[in-house]
Amino acid sequence: MTKLDLIKSRVVCFTAENVNTDQIIPARFLKRIDKAGFGEQLFIDLKPVEVFGLPDARQRQIMLCGPNFGSGSSREHAVWALRDFGFRVLISSSFADIFKENSLKNGVLTITLDTAPHAQLIAAWTKAPQSEMTVDLERQTIDYEGLKVPFTVNSFSRTCLLEGLDELGYIIRHEKQIAAFEASR
Amino acid sequence: MQPKTLYDKIWESHIVVPETDAPAIIFIDLHLIHEVTSPQAFDELRERKLPVRRPDLTLGTADHSIPTTTRVLVASDDQLAYDQVKKLDTNCAEFGVELFGIESDKQGIVHVIGPEVGATQPGKTIVCGDSHTSTHGAFGALAFGIGTTEVGHVLASQCLLQRKAKNFEIRIEGKLREGITSKDVILFVISQIGTAGGTGSVLEFTGSAVRDMNMDARMTLCNMSIEAGARAGLVAPDETTFEYLKGRPKAPQGAEWDKAVARWRNLKSDADAVFDRQIVIDAATIEPMISFGTNPGMSMPIGAKVPLSDNEEMRRALQYMDLKPGEPLLDHPIDVVFIGSCTNSRMTDLRAAASILKGRHVAPNVRTVIVPGSYQIKQMAEAEGLDKIFKDAGAEWREAGCSMCIAMNADKLEPGQYSISTSNRNFEGRQGPGGRTMLASPLTAAASAVTGRVTDLRRMLKS
Repeated sequence: MTKLDLIKSRVVCFTAENVNTDQIIPARFLKRIDKAGFGEQLFIDLKPVEVFGLPDARQRQIMLCGPNFGSGSSREHAVWALRDFGFRVLISSSFADIFKENSLKNGVLTITLDTAPHAQLIAAWTKAPQSEMTVDLERQTIDYEGLKVPFTVNSFSRTCLLEGLDELGYIIRHEKQIAAFEASR
Repeated sequence: MQPKTLYDKIWESHIVVPETDAPAIIFIDLHLIHEVTSPQAFDELRERKLPVRRPDLTLGTADHSIPTTTRVLVASDDQLAYDQVKKLDTNCAEFGVELFGIESDKQGIVHVIGPEVGATQPGKTIVCGDSHTSTHGAFGALAFGIGTTEVGHVLASQCLLQRKAKNFEIRIEGKLREGITSKDVILFVISQIGTAGGTGSVLEFTGSAVRDMNMDARMTLCNMSIEAGARAGLVAPDETTFEYLKGRPKAPQGAEWDKAVARWRNLKSDADAVFDRQIVIDAATIEPMISFGTNPGMSMPIGAKVPLSDNEEMRRALQYMDLKPGEPLLDHPIDVVFIGSCTNSRMTDLRAAASILKGRHVAPNVRTVIVPGSYQIKQMAEAEGLDKIFKDAGAEWREAGCSMCIAMNADKLEPGQYSISTSNRNFEGRQGPGGRTMLASPLTAAASAVTGRVTDLRRMLKS
């Protein structure tokens, strides 16, 4: 997994509620058997002006999202599409469970904030949409337009992202316990 | 001893390494795979030179991208879909995984065939790269959808990194009224708690209305737990569950069966177990439900009026659906009726549709597509003569698959068309770009097919 520690970038602000994985990438594009290039199909039917209205959208690595982002299907293609488009950090007041797990596994950081700081960041973006935001995973802070917003990511996920830890490798290192569990039943 | 919920019990009996700062490592008893979310996971295994650790606990089928007009896959019809299904064939062959491929007599929608062959059993942990894996919770199994990376983890290690979820009880007491199905119940639940109402939680459905449901109905209920944002849905196993499983090919047989049932009888929440959240619903108050918007939470009783668009999301949804606040949905013209999907494609659903369509004809302007959940269901339905009822009524009768639920095969809506669909998602474009989906039960779908308009099925029960 690619490491992620500090991201400094302009921000996309697309805060519609309940954006689902069918909107992120429609099912008809899920027939390919590799992982590359799904960025071309990101939001292809939805075409949110908040994203495609920005000429440099693909250079913006951070997106402010709305509540329950990534709801619906378990398709990891949704994260592959966001990642391939250029996003490394997603900030919202809530994410759907499976989407959040899929993000972590692809080196995409999801930051869940309380509604108040989430709203503050959106308000700041509205005033200065060209400003750069700094997301520092090591220190767990967001710096943006004079705001300093702390966030927490559980320590395991943080280590995974900071060190590019391979989760499968982590599981397989517990081979002894897995074998013992299998033998016990 | 501290009282436990059913979820607590299944969770605890599958811990390989307990949760610390790191998530727990839990053991997976059954891993279902299909063509769409597995190819990249098998590639990962190849790259790392790893085998499938437990092919005996892994089972594959093709359902999402296959046609349902035929059981033969033709490359020239859809090269990408053809390659994807062939890839599943070669991956399963190479790694020694049992596959119910497109030509198998056990093929079907992954969440239909698991229970059908008896692989889905109480107390198991079950995963699949598909969010509707929650369906299997109807048997008292902890079942949930995972992403492709996790499919790789389970293939390689038979384990998964997981954090414990919260317990959320949904108690439905009393008797459902005539014409009300578990589809109406789950749409009602989601309309109450919202599409994120279950986030981070496992729902346990309890109460006399749930006990009264047959397994098909319970599967419909658990299937849409994910539409409430929940990690999984559960119904504690009982005689209905055991009766369903007995004698199925992958269920325990003989003395093993008796031992299994004895074990399964303990799989229920303790009387004084504490849930993080509970709601109680009076079954008798539930009406036939229909969705009017672009997520399943935007559902209402069929006789109600489209609510006010009090926020941007609702405004956008109504614009997409071309509906106005205050407008009734009853009698709204429809173009397509789809009866099928992992939500509503089982015998109970087909019999319900047939009970309405028998001796009637679908409206001339409506295309009605009926897609059984598995090849075995197709055979059973035909043995009962349901296919004849459907065809005489002017409906299309198909082979098993996901079909128009997901529009990654040839079945889709045209832009602007309205469908009444027994599937699970009314998202924008879910049934085809620009298509407008109204979710409902098989009874409501069949009744509406007859009139060509959104119809209260109770009208037809009496005629």
